[in-house]
Amino acid sequence: MILSLTLLLLCQLAGEILARTFALPVPGPVIGMALLLGVLGLRDRRPGGLPAPLTDGTLERTGKGLLAHLSLLFVPAGAGVIGRLDVLAAHGPALAVALVVSTALALVATVYTFSFVARRTGR
Amino acid sequence: MSGDFALWVFLSRTPLLWLTVTLTAYVIADRVSAATGRHPLANPVLHAIWMVGLVLVVTRTPYAVYFEGAQFVHFLLGPATVALAIPLYEHRKTVTRVLLPMLAALVVGSTVALVAGIGTAKLLGVPDAILVALAPKSVTASVAMGITSALGGDPTLTAVLVILTGILGAIMVTPLLDRLGIKDYRARGFAVGLAAHGIGTARAFQVSEVAGTFAGIAMGLNAFLTAVLVPVALALLR
Repeated sequence: MILSLTLLLLCQLAGEILARTFALPVPGPVIGMALLLGVLGLRDRRPGGLPAPLTDGTLERTGKGLLAHLSLLFVPAGAGVIGRLDVLAAHGPALAVALVVSTALALVATVYTFSFVARRTGR
Repeated sequence: MSGDFALWVFLSRTPLLWLTVTLTAYVIADRVSAATGRHPLANPVLHAIWMVGLVLVVTRTPYAVYFEGAQFVHFLLGPATVALAIPLYEHRKTVTRVLLPMLAALVVGSTVALVAGIGTAKLLGVPDAILVALAPKSVTASVAMGITSALGGDPTLTAVLVILTGILGAIMVTPLLDRLGIKDYRARGFAVGLAAHGIGTARAFQVSEVAGTFAGIAMGLNAFLTAVLVPVALALLR
């Protein structure tokens, strides 16, 4: 598990370094995700010689363990919001309506576009 | 100094207390969510947040002190984002088959989220300075705050709107798309990741791993596209 966590952190670190060095508009962890995707592809192309935790499913279990509790990771930032609800004071109701309307429309528009194009391309 | 007070002064200054409060609130919220069969209204992010907020208000704890402890949890958002590569890799065949539907849905969904948000707020008389902070509400907080700052808006307001959008999207997605009869979990996941970033993605993983995988992809792609579209949309709609 430690080796798997180290690999996740290494990918994130490399992602942050790349994002900052080249002033990329994408966050470091997202680049780290792309790097890990590359690592997984390479791993399966050349089997053998790798430490067991990377090949026996430990890496997968560690990663999915983190993702299973993704909700937890938003609690600290979310708790900060409670103390700053005052910024909504002047336009609270209007902003609430805008959030509800636009989020609902975005969900519907995205899901219909996806389904429509998937059907058209026979997928 | 009375004994109780000395203990409180000690505890309130160590990361231990606030880390424990965060985890306890989440465990309670997650249990309730599981007990209700992952009912949308039992969203664990929403309920853990108000419980922690209540503790902070009652104990008059400044957020900065709380965050000293909670930062260990917050930090894991980075490695968790990297870990999205794991389900993505496992479902790569499913994903590469629908590249075209994903791209089309990304462009349409991102534009609708942006235009509907700014448009509705403008109709209701929200001033331009606040529209800047509202525009990137569907993307992950760090990127959204960066977009707002670059355009001269208030990043704190953006952070609040981003979190609220995430919770709203995570609550709305299941009843809304059930009512429309959408059964494709690729499309449903993609939609909630696009509209409601990481909090929507967390919801998608509760429902199905395929939905979670597509939500993670949509979240990453929309962060990128929204950064490009926000300045354009604001220029056109103001």
